[in-house]
Amino acid sequence: MTTRVFIAEDEPNILESLSFLLGREGWEVTSALDGNAALEQLNNQALPDVVILDIMLPHRNGFEILRQLRASPRTSKLPVIVLTAKGQEKDRKTAQEIGADAFVTKPFSNRDVIEQVKKLAGL
Amino acid sequence: MLSANLIFTISLAYVALLFMVAFVGDRQARTGQSSWIQSPVVYTLSISVYCTSWTFYGAVGSAARSGLEFATIYLGPTLVFIGWWFLLRKLVRIGHVHRITSIADLISSRYGKSTSLAVLVTLIAVIGTTPYIALQLKAVTTSIQVIVSSDPGNLANPPSDQPASEIAFWIAAGMALFTIIFGTRTIDANERHHGVVAAIALEALVKLLALIAVGLFVIFALADGPADIFSREAAKVLQTEDMFDARWVALTFLSGVAIICLPRQFQVTVVENTGEDQLRMASWLFPLYLMLMSLFVLPIAIGGLSVLPEGADPDMFVLTVPMSVGQDLLVLLAFLGGFSSATSMVIVASIALSTMISNHIVMPVMLRTPWTSIERSGDVRRLLLVSRRISIGVILLLGYVYFRLSGKSDALAAIGLIAFAGVAQFLPPLLGGIYWKRATATGAKIGLATGFILWGYTLFLPSFEGDLLLSASTIEHGPLGIGLLRPQALFGLTGLDPLVHALFWSLSANVVLFVLCSLLVEPKPLERLQGTLFVDVFRTPAGDEHRFIRRSASAEDLFILAQRILGAAEAQRLFREFAAGQGSDSDFPQPTDAFIAHLERRLAGSIGAASARAMVSQIASGETISLDELMKIADETAQLMEYSQEVEKKSIQLEATARELRRANQRLTLLDAQKDDFLSQVSHEVRTPMTSIRSFSEILLETRDLTSPQAQRFLSIIHEESLRLTRLLDEILDMNLMDRGEASWNLHELDASVPLSRAVETCRGLARSAGAEIHFGEPASAIVMADPDRLQQVVINILTNAIKHNTTAEPEVHVEGRLVGGEYVIEISDNGPGIPSHLRPFIFEKFQRGAAQSSTGGIGLGLAISKEIMKRLGGTLALVEDDGPGTRFRIALNAKALRSVAQRQNQAVE
Repeated sequence: MTTRVFIAEDEPNILESLSFLLGREGWEVTSALDGNAALEQLNNQALPDVVILDIMLPHRNGFEILRQLRASPRTSKLPVIVLTAKGQEKDRKTAQEIGADAFVTKPFSNRDVIEQVKKLAGL
Repeated sequence: MLSANLIFTISLAYVALLFMVAFVGDRQARTGQSSWIQSPVVYTLSISVYCTSWTFYGAVGSAARSGLEFATIYLGPTLVFIGWWFLLRKLVRIGHVHRITSIADLISSRYGKSTSLAVLVTLIAVIGTTPYIALQLKAVTTSIQVIVSSDPGNLANPPSDQPASEIAFWIAAGMALFTIIFGTRTIDANERHHGVVAAIALEALVKLLALIAVGLFVIFALADGPADIFSREAAKVLQTEDMFDARWVALTFLSGVAIICLPRQFQVTVVENTGEDQLRMASWLFPLYLMLMSLFVLPIAIGGLSVLPEGADPDMFVLTVPMSVGQDLLVLLAFLGGFSSATSMVIVASIALSTMISNHIVMPVMLRTPWTSIERSGDVRRLLLVSRRISIGVILLLGYVYFRLSGKSDALAAIGLIAFAGVAQFLPPLLGGIYWKRATATGAKIGLATGFILWGYTLFLPSFEGDLLLSASTIEHGPLGIGLLRPQALFGLTGLDPLVHALFWSLSANVVLFVLCSLLVEPKPLERLQGTLFVDVFRTPAGDEHRFIRRSASAEDLFILAQRILGAAEAQRLFREFAAGQGSDSDFPQPTDAFIAHLERRLAGSIGAASARAMVSQIASGETISLDELMKIADETAQLMEYSQEVEKKSIQLEATARELRRANQRLTLLDAQKDDFLSQVSHEVRTPMTSIRSFSEILLETRDLTSPQAQRFLSIIHEESLRLTRLLDEILDMNLMDRGEASWNLHELDASVPLSRAVETCRGLARSAGAEIHFGEPASAIVMADPDRLQQVVINILTNAIKHNTTAEPEVHVEGRLVGGEYVIEISDNGPGIPSHLRPFIFEKFQRGAAQSSTGGIGLGLAISKEIMKRLGGTLALVEDDGPGTRFRIALNAKALRSVAQRQNQAVE
């Protein structure tokens, strides 16, 4: 069964690079460009194996989405990698507190991201 | 008939008795066994020095001539002692607290320790007392002459003049000797003369006894009791018509004033006082004494008038009445009574005057000469004693000279009243000084001097007979014939008794000028201080002065000074005592302010306040006079008050500053948060393109099987993101420069259409690659003040946004340059998606990517910078709120003048 990864990222170029990387691993990639769309897709469609969640999203930021995911029994255990361009210790802490499984700072190393996804997907 | 020899022998014996009493009194006072000397009875008896030979002999004379008028002389003092007891008590208290040595000292001390005022008072006292002393000499001389050279049958004839001056001279010399011996034995700190006071008290008893004896003799031996006496023909003298007229009031007033202001009365009442309780007894005992003294005046006068032949001198009735019936013993007693009256007055008066002269005239003169000369000459104390002794001699000599000059002057009483009116001039500064704080030295001086001059002109000078000082014609017609200036009818005031006239002019001028000048001239600090200390003497504890005046001096220097004035033993005792009081067993105390003030008061007791002040001041901190320091203290106090006001003001300011600081702090906190925010934003803005660049470059490096279009695409993304990064950094730098005011501005007048057209041309390439169309008509021309590059930057910035973020199928951008009113307006609008209304308020803030929800980003700082630029150019940049689709920005600048191209060309042709 193919590993499915969901990416919420508003920067088209970054989304494109991530999609290329993960797709090259043979994984199925779905994505959303803003917070509202991301939450809607996660709630209404089949759950992915791993979620890559950018914090600075329009309409609804990554932390809000994560809190909602953790609040719902369906998504409470969903593995989530938080992606941030701010790189502040404060953000890392917040992410951990509300239940992020991993934390990746932009600009990331491609290998890192893939490792993290593999780990969380149990590959 | 008594022989001259007997009289002289008796007189000498009596003087010897006085010597003994004085000697014993002095010794007892020194050894501390002074109980009877300090008794209020002795004190009261000494006050009777008021009753001189003028009273003793003259009262009878006055009664024989003018009836009851003599009673005024007793009435005034009685009223003062009974009714104005509190005034005397205040004087005594002030005398004790301030170690007052004389009336001159009191007045000078009160008015800022003024030396000139002391000199003035001393001069008036000397001039006013001299006739009085002459009067005593005359009384004693006449009495001796009467006894010796006249037989009862020849009493009507005046005695020859020749031996009189001789007798008077020897009497004066004898009195001088006695006074010098007992009045200047020591220089006492309190200027008290216990021995003299004892002798005076004895004399008081003798004169009272003598008068009573003669009176009783007249009533019961010559007549058949009081009823008989008053029924005699001569008693008609009592029925004078002008009783209780102005003169009567004036005399009562004058004698009341005299009991306070006469230097000798001040001496015995205030200076010789050893305790205020003495005054309590004196307040009733002295009036009683006066009553007894006056009781027999009328009987003796009536007896004399009825027994003695017409033309007999009534001033000598006390002697001549017993003489007429050959009562030698009674004559002798009467003589001794008169002699006592005269000597006690002369002794006390000359002591008082010599103190004033040496303290207020000799000492200041010595002090004016350089200090070193006194230092070499040795003991100031000896100098003081010598100057006092010489003063006494000079005073008696003056009295003698006056006696010689006015020897033929008539009634004794007249001379006495002249003296009274003279010293009455002291009353305004004295009363004003102890009851009115505002009284000033200037007022006292001008009032005193004017009163004194008027007194001299209207009363004293005319008293000299013949053409000696004022010619008869001057008195009659005024100086140079000016009637208004007639001495006894000044300014046309006629019809008054000369005494009342003189008293009226001198005292009213004195009072008016004293009050007026006091009100007009600000008192000096020391005057103010002394005024308060004197007026509030019952409220102020003694010796408070040092609190106001700070001085410093070495104890050794002070000792040398004290030794000179007090004598070595006394000075040593004083210093040891004070050192012990300070808790030290050394010979010298710490020269504290308290000690210096204490020493100054002790010295003031010997040499007067003004001199003591001057001498101590020369040592204490080398200053000339402490007035300066007082001023300094006053200044310091003022400064202190100012300072405390300032402190108050400062604390208010401080509060305001604290508030401002709090506000500033809040703003800083906010700014700090904004800065953190900004850094975080910048970090995000940089990291975002960096992420793409890194990620794609890793892909390019690591992936072997990339297709060429794929590689091409990834490389173009890297390129695009690196451009975005560069632009971002440029913007940050630009923003930073502008924020710090360091951006360079090339402002000048230019045609706004030029940079506008240039910006549009620059963006045409971008528009072509984005497939957008720019609609740009011929812009209006107008002169604006601007930096062309910056204006161009703003237009490009907005135009770029309009092109980049326009996601419609057929992107269009409209640009126009128009003149609206006095403004050049550039509008840039597009047919894009527009900016969501909730983001509109924030689009000009840094890193607000209002329209950049979508892809390209990179407008983080652009709008903020453009807005800032327009602000600097004095123009505006705004988002036009309208309902239409797309976005419309408006740039506006003040246009200075508008000129179309055509106009410019026209101008060129001209």
